[in-house]
Amino acid sequence: MSQTDIDAAIAVTRFGLGARPGEIAEAAGNPRGYLKAQIRRQGADIFRTDGETTNQRLAEFQDYRRERAMARNAAPAPDAKPTMADGKPAEDEAVTAARQFIRQNAAGDVLGRVQLAADTDASFRERWALFWANHFTVSAIKVQTATLVGPFENEAIRPHVFGRFADLLGAAETHPAMLLYLDQAQSVGPNSRAAQRRGRVGRSPGLNENLAREILELHTVGVDGGYAQADVTEFARALTGLSIAGPRDAGVEGVLFRQQTHEPGERTVMGVRYAEGGKEQAGAVLADLAARPQTARFVCTKLARHFVADDPPPALVARLEKTWLSTHGDLARVAETLVDAPEAWAPQAAKFKTPYEFVISSYRALGHEPRGLGQVNAVLNGLGQRPFGAPSPKGWPDEAGPWAASDALVKRMQFAQQLGAVLGPRVQDPVALADQTLGARLSATSAQAISRAESRPEAVALLLMTPEFQRR
Amino acid sequence: MTAPMLSRRAFATAGLALPFLARVADAAVPTNRKFVVVICRGGMDGLSVAIPVGDPDYRALRGGLALGDTALKLDGTFALNPALPTVHRLVQAGQGRIAPAVATPDRARSHFEAQDVLETGAAGVYATTSGWLNRAVQAMSSAGKVEAISVGPTAPLILRGPAPAASWSPGRGIEATARLPTLLQDLYKDDPLLGPALARGLTTEAMARDSGATMAGGGMRAGAAQGAEAARTLGQALAGFLKAPGGPQLAAVSLDGFDTHANQAGLLPVRLTALDALVDGLYAGLGPAWKETVVLAVTEFGRTARVNGTGGTDHGTASTALLLGGALRPGGIVGDWPTLKRPALFEDRDLYPALDLRALEKGLLAEHMGMDRQALDTAVFPESAGVRPLTGLV
Repeated sequence: MSQTDIDAAIAVTRFGLGARPGEIAEAAGNPRGYLKAQIRRQGADIFRTDGETTNQRLAEFQDYRRERAMARNAAPAPDAKPTMADGKPAEDEAVTAARQFIRQNAAGDVLGRVQLAADTDASFRERWALFWANHFTVSAIKVQTATLVGPFENEAIRPHVFGRFADLLGAAETHPAMLLYLDQAQSVGPNSRAAQRRGRVGRSPGLNENLAREILELHTVGVDGGYAQADVTEFARALTGLSIAGPRDAGVEGVLFRQQTHEPGERTVMGVRYAEGGKEQAGAVLADLAARPQTARFVCTKLARHFVADDPPPALVARLEKTWLSTHGDLARVAETLVDAPEAWAPQAAKFKTPYEFVISSYRALGHEPRGLGQVNAVLNGLGQRPFGAPSPKGWPDEAGPWAASDALVKRMQFAQQLGAVLGPRVQDPVALADQTLGARLSATSAQAISRAESRPEAVALLLMTPEFQRR
Repeated sequence: MTAPMLSRRAFATAGLALPFLARVADAAVPTNRKFVVVICRGGMDGLSVAIPVGDPDYRALRGGLALGDTALKLDGTFALNPALPTVHRLVQAGQGRIAPAVATPDRARSHFEAQDVLETGAAGVYATTSGWLNRAVQAMSSAGKVEAISVGPTAPLILRGPAPAASWSPGRGIEATARLPTLLQDLYKDDPLLGPALARGLTTEAMARDSGATMAGGGMRAGAAQGAEAARTLGQALAGFLKAPGGPQLAAVSLDGFDTHANQAGLLPVRLTALDALVDGLYAGLGPAWKETVVLAVTEFGRTARVNGTGGTDHGTASTALLLGGALRPGGIVGDWPTLKRPALFEDRDLYPALDLRALEKGLLAEHMGMDRQALDTAVFPESAGVRPLTGLV
């Protein structure tokens, strides 16, 4: 077994999302070249949706809200209690239909994304995109953002993942989905013209610092990046005005800068002064944050943790950081540096797959594309990783600890069993499939266990549950 | 289990010296005691849980978010959120207390840093990678077998660490006769991560089968327990494990969604209703065993004293902890009330942290679970010798 054999398996299973039949052989000639060929300026692949843009989805949601409000006002005896136990007051049929439509939109996006991941022959590129989508998490757990996560990822993330970090940051933070998810759309400068006009007691609108804080803590310099509460507040003031068009903004859709809600005055964020102005004030703060060395350190550490090990090798982080700083955050160059880094090719597979990675790689191993979401949703909900449903702006965890719960192992086993039962009978030679799926990473013990299985379904379930397949 | 139960209170009232007490407690962990930690993630607004309706500054600070008439009255100062009827009933029955101004040692107002400190029990952020409840299991195990379980699809940090801990979430159950579990246990025999995890998962699954938890979970949406009914069923399922022979004594469960930057009046009651239902499920499910139980509901930080510009509140400092259970000693509020007077606010913005959450946690582990001070000061809550366990809770 040569070094190239191991490297080919690593390229496809660690950098990529798992081998489809034939892929390891394809990478075998030149594993690094195979990966670098997937890096391209125009960004990651766009997954299939019903074609609706963010602005169309926003308009639909506003219609839905209007209908719901009308239905509630028309209700004979309005219920004065704050909210029902399950948070769902009675609704009329039109509202229920609209809600169902919204759900279908979101489900269609998830299916398109899952199918792309299961199908693509550039799965390193797809993993790279998934990393950035998770870094800039917008979650569907908020009803306002439920149908926007898909368009957000396709519009703001995927086109920029091999461009400059500053452009990716700008696109992500000013997208309507992010503005709604982190409450920026409603934030109003306390001394703005709008606040002074509406400044009646108890109704006065004001600042919301959620987006400012999460940009600093999660998207750029990180929690140890050297900022204080005052910087969060100042940044939140600079961000005021950045909003989205509502029903009353006739003729405008999507992102809208409202000068009348922007906090007037000069701002100081992390020691840098920003002159009074409009939307360029927050733009300048974002550009400076993107360029800070703390941002390079924070994001490169996350990249190394995602691709290589929960405790990333400092030498690898240093390599990525060096490229980041010398190229001003050119993400294509950073990706190439990752591919060239010897630390990324350690033969020991240190990463335990997340549920999404496990499920996607299972379909890839069997060369199958899920046609519906039933089984995918069931297993991912059960394992705690509902697609687009990250529990917080921090996104999904990237370490083994949270995912390797004892209950989760049982549920992975049940999924492997189900998939083996459905797709296993078609697998002619399970041992050959194991070889194609894991290449030189397949251990003799695992190969023997698979060869001794009493049936093809059992052999496939075993393959998906081998320690090698569970890791990458 | 026939080992005689040592009553902590009997020793305390007999006035025995602490070192002796510690040794006795160490010699026998009271095996029928149960301790459940509920983590309310996102920064629960304590001022909307234990509402200081009698504090003269409350209404001005909270503006449109202020609750008064509908709140469930406790005493001259405090009332409970109307979404917490079960908690209210328990407090009135002497089986619940509020700690209205507690905080971890963390002051950064970051969810993730604060949850890290909340769950590791460390004095500072990212100081250790294991959880305090896990290290409590480890410390207690020297005196006898202790089991712990988390409920939910992922393992929470509070229970991650060197001591093995089970996890469970509703699912389909597995056939007792299936071949695959045996084959996999063989395949995992040298795997330090997957081997122990699968073995424990299978044991828990068998326990669920015996206690009927799988059936109870049949109609439950897998994943996070958000709806009230799902939360109640989860509480009942957890009670099933706690009551099972040889079942866990320590448990952790998480509720999400407490980060209410906007529309707090609409969002928070839904989350609190789920919390209340979880408690109700535990209470109903435990039956007589409720007498031996303490439930502690905590969050990573409280929220700003003032309402923000979007009908919500931003990240703050002190919040409310709820103590519930038949094993509690009745009493008033736990810790001091710092008031909402402007000079009393922390950094002119948040409720002042009047009580270190670790004092509360250490007190419960000492009095309820019989843990000794030495272990609490060093292993369970590192570098916390200066934080005295709160006494008189149990």
